[in-house]
Amino acid sequence: MSKYYLNYLDELESEAIYILREVWAQFENPVILFSGGKDSILVAHLAKKAFYPSKIPFPFMHVDTGHNFPETIQFRDDLVKELGVELIVGSVQEAIDDGRVAEEKGKSATRNVLQITTLLDAIESNKVDCAIGGGRRDEEKARAKERFFSHRDDFGQWDPKNQRPELWNILNGKHFEGEHFRAFPISNWTEMDVWNYILRENISIPSLYLAHQRDVVWRSNSWIPVSEYLTLEEGEKVENKKIRFRTLGDITITGGLESDADTLEKIVDEVSSMKQTERGNRTDDKRSESAMEDRKRQGYF
Amino acid sequence: MAIDNNQLLRFTTAGSVDDGKSTLIGRLLYDSKAIFEDQLDAVAATSKRKGHEGVDLALFTDGLRDEREQGITIDVAYRYFTTPKRKFIIADTPGHIQYTRNMVTGASTANAALILIDARHGVIEQTKRHAFIASLLQIPHVIVCVNKMDLMDYSEKVYNEIVSQFEEFSAKLNVKDVRFLPMSALDGDNVVNKSTNMPWFKGAPLLHTLETLHIGSDLNKIDARFPVQTVLRPQREGFIDYRGYAGRLASGILRPGDEVVVMPSGFTSKIKSIDTDKGALEEAYAPMSVSVTLQDDIDVSRGDMIVKKNNQPEPKQEFDAMLCWLHNDTAKPRAKYTILHTSNEQKAMIKDVVYKIDINSYARLEDDNELAMNSIARVTIKTTRPLMIDEYRDNRVTGSFTLIDSATHETVAAGMIV
Repeated sequence: MSKYYLNYLDELESEAIYILREVWAQFENPVILFSGGKDSILVAHLAKKAFYPSKIPFPFMHVDTGHNFPETIQFRDDLVKELGVELIVGSVQEAIDDGRVAEEKGKSATRNVLQITTLLDAIESNKVDCAIGGGRRDEEKARAKERFFSHRDDFGQWDPKNQRPELWNILNGKHFEGEHFRAFPISNWTEMDVWNYILRENISIPSLYLAHQRDVVWRSNSWIPVSEYLTLEEGEKVENKKIRFRTLGDITITGGLESDADTLEKIVDEVSSMKQTERGNRTDDKRSESAMEDRKRQGYF
Repeated sequence: MAIDNNQLLRFTTAGSVDDGKSTLIGRLLYDSKAIFEDQLDAVAATSKRKGHEGVDLALFTDGLRDEREQGITIDVAYRYFTTPKRKFIIADTPGHIQYTRNMVTGASTANAALILIDARHGVIEQTKRHAFIASLLQIPHVIVCVNKMDLMDYSEKVYNEIVSQFEEFSAKLNVKDVRFLPMSALDGDNVVNKSTNMPWFKGAPLLHTLETLHIGSDLNKIDARFPVQTVLRPQREGFIDYRGYAGRLASGILRPGDEVVVMPSGFTSKIKSIDTDKGALEEAYAPMSVSVTLQDDIDVSRGDMIVKKNNQPEPKQEFDAMLCWLHNDTAKPRAKYTILHTSNEQKAMIKDVVYKIDINSYARLEDDNELAMNSIARVTIKTTRPLMIDEYRDNRVTGSFTLIDSATHETVAAGMIV
């Protein structure tokens, strides 16, 4: 009988499909939070498998900070069209224009924290009761404590010390009106698992992940792309480098690394010998030791 | 990549305060190269600030702000590492606050449990608790790590005494595979590398043991149980009449042509196809997620279970279970709860508390029937409709359930059917 076991990627895939189907069965109005990054692309791919031959039954929800890579938006629009799913966009720019949130000031200002309000507004106005995300437990220490089904109160807040225990594979999505859940089907995947699986399944990803020539400036130990939102500081100079991005966030805060990895095979090789964590190039996580935990408590992804 | 055929092994670590559990996990992560330079730098800086000598490996498992401030672990955290042989998921469970609740949670999906014993103290109450929970949750493999051997001069005699202490009390438990290891997590003796300080120990170090444990038979491959999660009706070209039952096989193997029964309705049919997005399969086995179609057009929906005609679970409305209470609110006698069992959901009540267990002495308490946080008891459950159950020792999926408080929606208890 020894042949009847799954390899680890198949087991992770099966677990994620199981969770996505539970979301569909237990909630009225779930959405997939889609950022255009590799993790949300993976969730979309797994959702396609989970409901085949039906279409993905969830709309995609994108929180648009207005500071996107143009390539990400193009990729998002193409994928939504290919899958035939509905796209809901929550706009941070609109929230700023309406006076719901104010732009941060100062040198390291970003729109990262502003996304929380827009996300919670979009969840509320669309009556979403479950937002499926591509969060992984290996990404960050606060995320290591996440459940597959993670409860949010009616202010959208996470209470990490008072989470529902999750045993075996029994998921409890029961909630009162106004509360919602976040579901994390790829909780148990590591960055390496994600890349190995993308390679195995030949999943298409934005070209930003592959090495390419780009104008960049050296800032906070990584190559920040030149864009209309970037103001050069004294002593900084624009250089043209062959770089790629290991994660994708706002164009203003996502640093690239110098690389020749221009195929999925080369990326897998490169990631397996990485010496820094994935989010090390994200200035949003560097603000304090508990930057992620604080944002998550308030309702962040 | 060479690890295409590698399996996933989930293990849980149980230990009390200061027995070196965090150091052991830190050591495994560090020696298996799962720690990145920026994490190492951060931990080195914190170690220095706290006045520790060198890098304090235990800091790699720090989580929430309160945990760092108080130096304790509050909730189960999950850690990951991969070797050329296997991918590992560690459920790192705290040893003190809400210990039963957290250990039971971590143990529920584990293939193996590491039980840590401080060589200076030998078997203590906590060790018995941990062993009891490993046995209750039927974790297939238990590895007893006698840690801090460096503080006992790597003495074979000390180690042997602890092994016999453990064997003596664990004889009363039902653990199939127990192994023992002397180690020093702090120095890395017998964690990843074989200790040169304990040449008398002939066994393999911990990591090698974890890499080679036979987990192929941990899952039940005999009794086919397919709980239906949802029904797929694409209603699009090419699939107009398609009606697929989506689910994950809890146990056993299914093949097209198998004669099956849909429970609880009792309708019989044959499996027409087993589908995935990559095409139809010749067979499916646990824990695969698939979509199954039947030859006959019968009524099947979420909560139903597709099983083989010649191997059926028992539909029961009243059954006994070992119950772990997980919530601060105590159980209300004869109150109604929602019971979640596979994809099925019914109302249930705790009809009777047969006895409670003192998990330090393993004594049965027949006069005490209050179920409070961390209580473990044998109870009789009654449900509004029959559930398709197996005994937990035969099937960890169809033998387990949780209870939800209908008023608060909180998960209040976990049960194992006996």
